[in-house]
Amino acid sequence: MSTIKYKKLPLTGDQAVAYAMRQIDPDVVAAYPITPQTEIVMYFSNYVANGEVQTEMIPVESEHSAMSACVGAAAAGARVMTATSANGLALMWEIVYIAASLRLPIVMPVVNRALSGPINIHCDHSDTMGARDSGWIQLYCENGQEAYENTILAVRIAEDSRILLPVMVCQDGFITSHAVEGVQLFDDKLVKDFIGEYKPAYSLLDVERPVTYGPLDLQDYYFEHKRQESEAMKNALKIIPDILKEFERLFGSRHDLVESYRVDDADIIVVALSSTAGTVRGIVDELRQNGVKAGLLRPRFFRPFPKENIVNALKNSKAIAVLDRSESFSGEGGPLYTEIKSSMYDSGTRPFIVNYIYGLGGRDIFPEDIKKVFSDLLGDIAKNKKIKSSINYLGSRE
Amino acid sequence: MAEKKKSWKEIPIGGLIVEAGSAAQYKTGSWRTFKPERDEKKCIHCLFCWIYCPDSSIKVKDGKMVGFDYEHCKGCGICASVCPVKCITMKKEEK
Repeated sequence: MSTIKYKKLPLTGDQAVAYAMRQIDPDVVAAYPITPQTEIVMYFSNYVANGEVQTEMIPVESEHSAMSACVGAAAAGARVMTATSANGLALMWEIVYIAASLRLPIVMPVVNRALSGPINIHCDHSDTMGARDSGWIQLYCENGQEAYENTILAVRIAEDSRILLPVMVCQDGFITSHAVEGVQLFDDKLVKDFIGEYKPAYSLLDVERPVTYGPLDLQDYYFEHKRQESEAMKNALKIIPDILKEFERLFGSRHDLVESYRVDDADIIVVALSSTAGTVRGIVDELRQNGVKAGLLRPRFFRPFPKENIVNALKNSKAIAVLDRSESFSGEGGPLYTEIKSSMYDSGTRPFIVNYIYGLGGRDIFPEDIKKVFSDLLGDIAKNKKIKSSINYLGSRE
Repeated sequence: MAEKKKSWKEIPIGGLIVEAGSAAQYKTGSWRTFKPERDEKKCIHCLFCWIYCPDSSIKVKDGKMVGFDYEHCKGCGICASVCPVKCITMKKEEK
């Protein structure tokens, strides 16, 4: 088993992603800088200026143009990347859906940031959670190491002929994107071998086999094309584990659709995405030392939604808290909560599930906050089988 | 127009059209309310109609206007409007 680690460098999450982009060396990058994604574009532009990549870099005038240029280049058969955050993603919106429905395997690192307003540049997941129904695959990264590895993985996933969907690689704004950590970087050639050469099925530039992208699609066939998209997303759930295994074989780094941490015998489980999971893991260890059967479940993929893995990990517990770093204003909790709760309807056991909305606009989440969540689960919910409130706001002043 | 429609498994992904010139298969003639008709005796074959027709529905052979492609003509009336000798008239479709 070869675990080839080329070198370890102190990098921010943004730098780690830019480094992955250098290794991927996409044909086209069209991007517009926005905090806290700016450094990705900045560092990648350096690689372009220094001739370290062959990429055609298109500095566009807006994110709407960035995604439009990506769609055009991808339809022409290029391997394409961009990156954005928050309001930038919102401005792309129209074309974000078009990229997915044209089945163009664009890879887009997204540095999660609160959507305006009020205007705020710090981390929450409202930007990408809003795009959960756009047809993009979504990965949520815990740290810079994962952001680096997932960016490489995303290329393979997006371009798999059985999937052909664009991928967002989400990392937490500032918390991950601007914090420096030691990142294990793989050998350039190994990365290139892993992603392989992109062979598009159709290209606008192929005059021998002309193709039309984006024609009008009305009542008679639009539905069938949406159905294809839906089936591709379901396929992705079956195919991604094989790609993850191959990644592990090559790079020695193990990934699953969800990370189940000490959940097998857990009575109480906290579910969290991205960097917050690190804090939860620490508290789980602490509670375990005191004999409390606590666990952490961290979905790495939110699209496709790994329902089976989530239900299997949660079904034998007594009480579950789902942490949502975004609000969907339904009055029934955040997006992660509602989907997990819906999945658990079929579980048979139906443990108690509560929601904690937290960290909006970059509000810090402290170990004490996580301890409070576990203690809520231990107390009223697991013992008395009572829920004071299903929807809670963790860290918001009352 | 009663062709059997294909299932999601039988069509190219993403709404792509993977053959050239397939627009000809899309018969739009049924949209028409008014139908252009030509008085052959008056026609001077200037081909203004052919130049202006937005649907390429003027049939030309050996440099002469020979008729309309009624499978694609939507009856917009531009040909009748631009004809310098007014040999084209728009007649209400009888259905």
